[in-house]
Amino acid sequence: MNIAIRKFYYGDIPEEKGGGKTDAKASGHDWPLWEVFIRSKQGLDHKHAGSLHAADAQMAIENARDVYTRRMEGVSIWVVESKYITASNPDEAGELYEPAMDKIYRHPTFYELPDEVNHM
Amino acid sequence: MSVQDFEKIFQDKIDNETKIEPKDWMPDAYRKTNLRQISQHAHSEIVGMLPEGNWISRAPSLKRKAILLAKVQDEAGHGLYLYSAAETLGMSRQEMINDLHSGKAKYSSIFNYPTLTWADIGAVGWLVDGAAIMNQVMLTRTSYGPYARAMVRICKEESFHQRQGFESLLVLSRGSKEQRDMCQDAINRWWWPALMMFGPRDTESTNSDQSMKWKIKRKSNDELRQQFVDMIAEQIKILGMKLPDDKLKWNEERRHYDFGEINWDEFWQVVKGNGPCNKQRLDARRKAWEEGEWVREAAVAYAEKKKLKVAAA
Repeated sequence: MNIAIRKFYYGDIPEEKGGGKTDAKASGHDWPLWEVFIRSKQGLDHKHAGSLHAADAQMAIENARDVYTRRMEGVSIWVVESKYITASNPDEAGELYEPAMDKIYRHPTFYELPDEVNHM
Repeated sequence: MSVQDFEKIFQDKIDNETKIEPKDWMPDAYRKTNLRQISQHAHSEIVGMLPEGNWISRAPSLKRKAILLAKVQDEAGHGLYLYSAAETLGMSRQEMINDLHSGKAKYSSIFNYPTLTWADIGAVGWLVDGAAIMNQVMLTRTSYGPYARAMVRICKEESFHQRQGFESLLVLSRGSKEQRDMCQDAINRWWWPALMMFGPRDTESTNSDQSMKWKIKRKSNDELRQQFVDMIAEQIKILGMKLPDDKLKWNEERRHYDFGEINWDEFWQVVKGNGPCNKQRLDARRKAWEEGEWVREAAVAYAEKKKLKVAAA
């Protein structure tokens, strides 16, 4: 992919006025990409925080510490190489999630109970 | 389905305030615009470390040094959040960095101005970060999910940057005559470049209309600039300093401050690479990248070696 980037601040400089060369071609390789999950405190789930590049898992954890927990945002970090994550396809969202839509009896509010039955 | 159908579904999502996520269908131009904008934003954070890094070793006290170090480290983090967001659009980190180093990709021109005195560090925090925050707060509601999430994280950290800058100038403004002069001088030099950060005037900005329709941006350059002027014109009173603009005046009818015209010639000159520090900044980035190459290679070699050891055991 070779996209001409010539804008300057938040994409607001008209193309022809930006100047700059356009002949650069990518060289070298990135370190693998890792997804980072952070547990913000004991008792809570790990939650996706973002991603970063690192040569190996150890470095990914150390970088995640520096990038995502500078203000005590976490007490535990998981990292997994992004290539191992399988994601559902947004185009199949219909088939995947629609069957749940007409089963309102799965929700507690479906059942009407007398007021005397408190807190059920 | 035809492309028109896809485009309709896409625009409906945007109109309904549903965020666009990386695997969703999106028009090529939407991808391109976001990629350009997010990567430039990332480059700005990274290059933005240079003018401030210039003062880490010369900060006047241990406290100020620790604050400045933390701030510069934040900027590195912000750059990383944004590069990651841009990568979800299908361009590798390596390509983005190459484009920055070749001069093909741009970064905010503000970082092509030098930080000459200690007061500049305060002025950068207050004015430059202050202007950036105007943009960034708007961008927390941008339509591309990864960009919006990165901006939320950044905004949380950025307000410390602006506050420390103002507080640092406040100390100077209450100091000796030399300190007050230094404070005023820094404000004089940073005011106009800070106003330029909002980009060309709305009548000149080719991208804004489509970006508004796609909700990449939600406010125009001129709107944000006005908001910034209104804020700073009040805050400067607390410092007892002056903004270097004779035309700055409260307009009761508009309920906004009027202000003078930006020197657009200077603006375009700096964009085109003729600012005071353009060359120096890019040289510094390239040098850091080239001199770090052996470290990047060694880390890969070490990771490979460890993998083999685990496999053999």
